[in-house]
Order: sequence, then C-alpha cells, then structure tokens
Amino acid sequence: MNVEQFLYHEARLLDTQQLEAWLELFTDDAVYWVPLEANQRDGHHTSSIIHDDRTLLGLRIQQARHPRAHARLPLARTVHQVGNVMLLSEEDSELRVASTLQLVEWRQDKQRVWGALVEHRLRPAGGSFKIAHKRVDLVNSEGELDGIAILF
Amino acid sequence: MAANEQLAMLVQADRVHRAVYADAAIFDLEMERLFGRAWLVLGHVSQVGRPGDYFTTRMGREPVIVVRKDGGEIGVLVNRCAHRGAMVCAEGRGHLERFVCPYHGWSYDRGGALRAVPVPGGYRKENLLGLGLAAVPRMAVYRGFIFASLAASGPGLEEFLGPAKSSFDDFVDRAPGGELEVAGGVFKHAYNGNWKLMLENHLDGVHPAYVHASSIAAARGAPEPGAPGSEHYFDIAVRQMRQNGAPEALWESIGLWTTPRGHGWLGDYHTDKRLTGGDEHPVFKEYKKKLVQAAGEAEAERVLGVTRWNTIIYPNCSFMSQFRQLRIIQPLAVDRSVVHTYSFRMKDAPAQMFRDTVAFANVVNGTGSWVLTDDLEVYERVQRGLACAAAEWVYLGRGHGGDVDEADGVRRGASGTSEVFIRAQLNAWLDYMTKQ
Repeated sequence: MNVEQFLYHEARLLDTQQLEAWLELFTDDAVYWVPLEANQRDGHHTSSIIHDDRTLLGLRIQQARHPRAHARLPLARTVHQVGNVMLLSEEDSELRVASTLQLVEWRQDKQRVWGALVEHRLRPAGGSFKIAHKRVDLVNSEGELDGIAILF
Repeated sequence: MAANEQLAMLVQADRVHRAVYADAAIFDLEMERLFGRAWLVLGHVSQVGRPGDYFTTRMGREPVIVVRKDGGEIGVLVNRCAHRGAMVCAEGRGHLERFVCPYHGWSYDRGGALRAVPVPGGYRKENLLGLGLAAVPRMAVYRGFIFASLAASGPGLEEFLGPAKSSFDDFVDRAPGGELEVAGGVFKHAYNGNWKLMLENHLDGVHPAYVHASSIAAARGAPEPGAPGSEHYFDIAVRQMRQNGAPEALWESIGLWTTPRGHGWLGDYHTDKRLTGGDEHPVFKEYKKKLVQAAGEAEAERVLGVTRWNTIIYPNCSFMSQFRQLRIIQPLAVDRSVVHTYSFRMKDAPAQMFRDTVAFANVVNGTGSWVLTDDLEVYERVQRGLACAAAEWVYLGRGHGGDVDEADGVRRGASGTSEVFIRAQLNAWLDYMTKQ
C-alpha cells in the first residue's frame, strides 16, 4: 500500500466508524496530537485539544462504545477528505508525510466543518504502514469551539 | 419588561420557572441588572505582568480591555473608540504602547486617555478634552485575581466575596511563596445553553455517576497509576475520572457551602493523596518541602489540610483551587454561552506538578475532554427541554428544608448532594434582578 492509499484507508476506517481497526494502525509508542495553539511545540507544558498516547487513545475509543457515552451516542457521521499529500522526509525508516484534512461532521442536527494541516510519521510494516505520530493542527484550534467528540 | 413581582414569582423555595433559562427578554434584563451590577472575575494579574500588557474579555455584553498601566496599576477599559464606536483593540492579548483605533487612528494611552487624533485642526481642542476609553466604574484585585463591576456603587469586593474568599486563599496559599501564574494555554468552549447551567452543574454531586458514566468506566479500565518513577502522564486524569465514580456515601458526606451572594464550594472531595499518589511520593515531598520553606511547618500543614473541590463565584466564575483550573463564563445569548478555562502554574513548585495540571486539563476540562463533552451534551439537552412550554417548572427540592445555617450567612447543604447551591444562586439572582 502506498502512502496516499494508506491515508485514505485510515480516513475510511474513521468514516465507517471502525474505531478499533483504526486504533490498530498505531504503533505501541504512538502519539495522537491535536494541539490547542498554532505552532505549539509541546504537549506537556501547553494544553491540547487531544494529546493521547496509545493507551489513552484506546481508552477514548472504549469510552465511545459505552452505552451511556452521551456526547458520542450516536457517534457523529463524518467525511474525512484527505488532500495535498506530500512526502516531507524519509529517514531512519520513518516517513514524514504532510496532508490537509477537510472534515464534515453531522450529529443531532448540528453540522460542522473542520479544516486542518496534518502530519503523520509512518513506519513501514508488512507492506503497509504503522502510525508512530499524528499531529492535526485545526485552523480554528484557538477559537471558541463546541465540544469535540470526534477523531480527526 | 417583566415587573419585579413577576420576576419574584419565577423563583420559589424549591422550584424555578423555565423562563429563567429560556426567555430572551429575561436574558436582556440579566445583562443589565446582574452582569451590570455584580463583581465579575476577569482574570489574574500574571496575565498583565508588565506595563502595556493587556488582554481583552467581556463583561456581560461589554467588550473590555484589561491592561497594566504605566504606573503599575491595572485598568479595565471599555473596548470602544470615543469617536465612532469601533472596537479599538482586536480580541486577544499582547503588549502595546498605545491603543490605536483602526478606523481613524485615534490613539489612547495605557490608561485610556486620548493622546492623538488625525488632522487635529478639524476639532476645537477643548472638545477633545476628557474623551478617552471609558474606564469600567470599579476594579479591584483579591490575592492576584482581577475583578471589575459595571456598577459605580454597590458592595465592595470583599463584602461581595464574603466567606468565599477562603477558596481564593486556598488557591494562592497552596503555591509556595504564593507565586501563581496563568500558563499552558486557554481552552475556549461553547455550548447551546444558558450560562446558569454550567454554574448549576459544578457543585452537583449526583450527576457524575450518570453524566460521566462512560469516562468513569474507561478510567476504571485504565492501567493502575504507576509507582514513583514509572507513572503514566495521564495518571492524574485517570484518578480524577475514577473519583467521579465515588460511591454515593462519599458524595453524601462531602461538605457543601453557599453564601447569600450565590457563591458556593464543595469540600472534602479530594485529598492530595488521591491526586498525587500519596504523601510519600517524591514530587509531593519536594512540593511540601518548598511549602514548608516558604510558610513554615504549621502553616504548610494547615494549607494542605484544606480540601476544596469546585468553587463557584456567582455569576461568572468556577474554579478548582486544588487543581489550579479556573473557568470564566461569558453569556452570549439566552441559549448560547462561552467558557474560557485557564490553568495556573505554581512558580516555585516541582515542574511535574504543572505537567500534571496540563494533563488533567486536557482530559477533564478541555474542549476534546472525555468528561466535559458529556456535560456539554447534557446542558444542551436541558436547554432544549426548557424551551418546551408544555411543562413550566424545574424542581430543585433535593435537601430543601434540611440545609443548615452557619455563621456569616453561610448555609451548608443538608448533605453533599443537596441542591442548596442552586437555590442560593437563584436567590442571589432574584436579589440582583429585583433590588437596588
């Protein structure tokens, strides 16, 4: 699977709500990061909209499956539109890949549109890739936002 | 406009009319009589450390600038040009020598005085004297927290705070040397609901088991918090979410206090042991050492013996002194509210404690939080329910009749789950709305 196909595959898993399969795309030492601030350098000294290691990401998905996960029941329906895929660098068997994300979310008569610059660090694995790091910089991360209960 | 008698009928001993949450005309009146009169929390002195530092915020509907003036005092200025009314300062924060209006370049100094206008020959000089960015009538600082009031007269800040001062004391006293600063970014979240719904939720000890059932379950499935040296970065958040699932008997036993101005706080919910993994944890020991060095052994023991969970400062603030989180609520419309959530760093405490604060904020209070998002979902459902005219009353009878009056106007809940804090907020609401 090439890089673009892999990113489309990842988006498809999210859009078809196969969250457990999506989680399997991540390495054990992975970080999934949606910074709060533009050009944020670090997830430990500044807050983040989401800053999860693999364990927290797994628990987040468990929460979403709970029968009383009020903000996630039902899960929002989404379309993740991935574009502008660019290979930034390839070193130490890790690829840095930039892309853009446009996302339409709909839940309980509320439709929202998101835009983000995305960077993946991918490690080749068995003819495909694993995600070692995913950073999603929402264009409105510093705005006044309604609660976020989706994955980007 | 609703007459005072009509307003008084809306708030009864153990119930409140839905109009208080859903009627746009009442909201307009709140902006004038409640947000226009009460002391409002605006922020912390560390946000305006040097002369020229400023940040913008709102007091009810009024856009204001909080600025450190050249003399070192703090000013609160209405963010509106004296000329044609444009908002002079873009929303946000920064550092400026002059506030310059983008429309015609009218410039104001850090105290709000008009310093320059373009083509000044077009005016008679004496007509410009006295023009400036209007200062908000009253401003005061309590232990580093900045307050202002749009009313020229009324109770002073200390009288307004009353016994709720002790929660700010706890916030500051817990920092070695009393040194606190806003740090780590600001979460700004919004919801389609009335501003009161947040304040009526933060001292509610019954809701966690239901609203937060999913995050409690997830946290119970999380890895056990690590021993010293092998902690997970999320341990503090997992501890908190598990604590939300505390047994009923614990919630019932928690102290819950209110004041006649509508303030309130929950005690006894957390101990430092529950937060940090125990008195013997190296980080906690280092912190306690700093506290003892700065304040002495006896004072350090006293400070750590105070256990506060959320405190509400009515009508616009909720904070957690023990976790160093402070939320300011800004009402936008009867059914739309914005909350800014700040984290604080204790300057002279171990660095790990601030990392814990950040991790806690992300998971518990952040816009993408596991916990907050369920609260927001419920606020919106309440708002939709209260928009319905078929049923008129909200029932607030839990603990009613069993609450206990203590000294200084303080009323203690019949138990930790009494709705006494909502009754106190609504009594204060009625007072602001119908008196003065």
